[in-house]
Amino acid sequence: MTATSWAWLVLLLPLLGSIVIGLGFKVLPWRVAGIIGTVAIGLAFACGIGALLCLLGEDAEARHHASSLWTYASAAGLDIKLGIYVDPLSVFMVLVVTGVSTLIHLYSYGYMQSDEGYHRFFSYLNFFVFSMLLLVLAGNFVLLIVGWAFVGFASYALISFWYRRTTATRAGMKAFVINVVGDIGLVLAAFLIFRELGTFDYGPVFAKAPQVFHTNEWTVTAICLLLLVGAFAKSAQLPFHTWLPDAMEGPTPVSSLIHAATMVTAGVYLIARTHTLFVLAPTAADVAAFVGLATLLVAGTIALVMTDLKRAIAYSTMSQIGYMIMGVSIGAYSAGMFHLMTHAFFKALLFMAAGSIIAAMANNQNIDDMKGFGKAMRFTSITMLCGGLALAAFPGTAGFFSKDEILAYATARGGMYTIFTVLGYFGALLTAVYTFRLIFRVLPGKPCAEAQELIETGHVAHEEPRNPATGEVEDTDVGFPGAEHHIAEQTWPMKVAMGALAFLAVFAGLIQVPGLDETITHFLDPVFADSPLAAIVPSVAASWTGLAIGAAISVAGIAIAYWLYVLRPETPAALIARLRPLHTFLVNKWYFDELIDILIVRPALTIGRFANRVFERFVVDGLVNGTEDVVGGAGRVVRTVQSGFVRSYALLLVAGFAGLALYFLLSSS
Amino acid sequence: MNVEWYVVLSALLFTTGAVGILVRRSPMVILLCLELMLNAGNLALVAFSRMVGNQQGQVFAIVVMVIAACEVVVGLGLIVALFRRKLPLNVDDLRELRG
Repeated sequence: MTATSWAWLVLLLPLLGSIVIGLGFKVLPWRVAGIIGTVAIGLAFACGIGALLCLLGEDAEARHHASSLWTYASAAGLDIKLGIYVDPLSVFMVLVVTGVSTLIHLYSYGYMQSDEGYHRFFSYLNFFVFSMLLLVLAGNFVLLIVGWAFVGFASYALISFWYRRTTATRAGMKAFVINVVGDIGLVLAAFLIFRELGTFDYGPVFAKAPQVFHTNEWTVTAICLLLLVGAFAKSAQLPFHTWLPDAMEGPTPVSSLIHAATMVTAGVYLIARTHTLFVLAPTAADVAAFVGLATLLVAGTIALVMTDLKRAIAYSTMSQIGYMIMGVSIGAYSAGMFHLMTHAFFKALLFMAAGSIIAAMANNQNIDDMKGFGKAMRFTSITMLCGGLALAAFPGTAGFFSKDEILAYATARGGMYTIFTVLGYFGALLTAVYTFRLIFRVLPGKPCAEAQELIETGHVAHEEPRNPATGEVEDTDVGFPGAEHHIAEQTWPMKVAMGALAFLAVFAGLIQVPGLDETITHFLDPVFADSPLAAIVPSVAASWTGLAIGAAISVAGIAIAYWLYVLRPETPAALIARLRPLHTFLVNKWYFDELIDILIVRPALTIGRFANRVFERFVVDGLVNGTEDVVGGAGRVVRTVQSGFVRSYALLLVAGFAGLALYFLLSSS
Repeated sequence: MNVEWYVVLSALLFTTGAVGILVRRSPMVILLCLELMLNAGNLALVAFSRMVGNQQGQVFAIVVMVIAACEVVVGLGLIVALFRRKLPLNVDDLRELRG
């Protein structure tokens, strides 16, 4: 089998899984539905491996294939095929997406066990993976947009999964609207590409672009900036990031899948995929890099003060995506993609660990109430520690190698790009502090009531479940994980998933050690060979210097967190009291929600109200009512003839015929 | 005999039928008057057929008879239905089609 046939299978399996579970929700037992969903993604991963082996069997230069099944749209000058593009980059993404998704499906199999919407959940989840794979494998911009929009819809469906929760439905709508803004950017970019280059297919577009465009020409800059709008909206970068923290309303496996491992990395993939255009528009690339940098710092500072466990991890996700966007924009392509992979491992793991703790806390996500889970849930706390170490880039873990590689590249590129290194290291310090703030507050210490109960009875009996955000009583009929909610330690699928991810989070970095193996770089090299930026390679010595600095910063950050939250637990409160305005500013997330509210939402509402009062009332209603009056009036006039007297009808008939006959008689003579 | 006589007779019959429809209120009589009008038409058709010397007019007359038979079936059926439901047998009282 060829690489493209494997890739088609990769697309087909999750779609089939979604359809089978979706249609068979009444007949399939929940166990079967979960198994179908998990196996479909697992087989897709296996097919991804098949594609990888096919690619590896070829020469490095020949490792790109386009394949199409049928014509998607054909019109004057427009020829869009349902086509895929298989090259190391897309296969890399396929493997990350399906691999992590398989483990998350496995986790959901146990986690959602007592949920009424079990089938719906797995159907959505499979559809989500299918959309993401379509996005990644698409062979032209049109199919990319299709996958892009599918992902947006799937995330909406999954965030609002507990649809009786008002907070969840609001969060879903917010995510959907912001994603659609990004879709518009992407669609406009595709229009411009078609206008300038006359095609949508990746191969011809990237082959023609260097001949058609001059460097920094306004068209190519506009295309790149529009692509960035799409990438920022999907990847939750400033100023489109506000949906991501709110999206934590979805079930925890969803947070783990969408908001850590797959969906938010779509923007990074997009920039890496269109790097040819970004090389031609260095201004746009710099914009992307600076936005990435700003996001990583802003999100890092917010994560320092968040008291909501999942939201704090969500801000950390934003911050890490900032690193990736920065990396692929300045030219550290394979480093950015490598960080994407390791981040998928440890962030999915952290969310899973957070999910089981939240489950034990009866859906309370506030870390102020959590304490001492280290004793109560030993497995969870060990895996959470692994994920935390990787996120904090502790020496030797996966995050350690991937993050520092981006920063080392920025140093090697020199000039103003040194800013990225310096501030990137500052961000790394923030990362280490906020990660271990969470861990030190949740795991050690004297167990809180829930943890104590867990230690003594091994099971937490929840009273009436309430939405922690609003206090409203949950509707258990539509699938709120009810009182019999299964926490991580009690089902083996969840343990397997978390164990596998913990292993990867700690050891995945070893496949890309500078000067030693650098597997990812070698594999992705053919894709980025056309970029002059790929020629800049930090020397092995420089890389190791960077790693040493990174290690020092990581350890320092963890030490600061230890000092603040374990040795002197009273210090944070004192700090907050002294820096009250700063703390308020951070707790309110830099007032981004309010800013967007004032700048966009309120004006839009005002325009809407004006349209409702004036345009709708007078123009639209006038037209509609006027038409109705004309028709009605004519009817009223004609109606008088319909008297119901049969004989008057007969008279009219006879008179009519007589008149007609008279007319013909007169006209013939 | 001249064709005019037949035509005049046909016209007289037709007018009788038409006037009958317009002035009478009993559905039974209206049905009879309709038959009268149809047969007036038949008479004219046959007469002209004789005058021209071919059979086309007579064929039409037979077709009209068939139609008349169908119409009687429907009309009588309606009248029987009206009678059974104890509705007034007066077309002026049956005004449900009023717009």
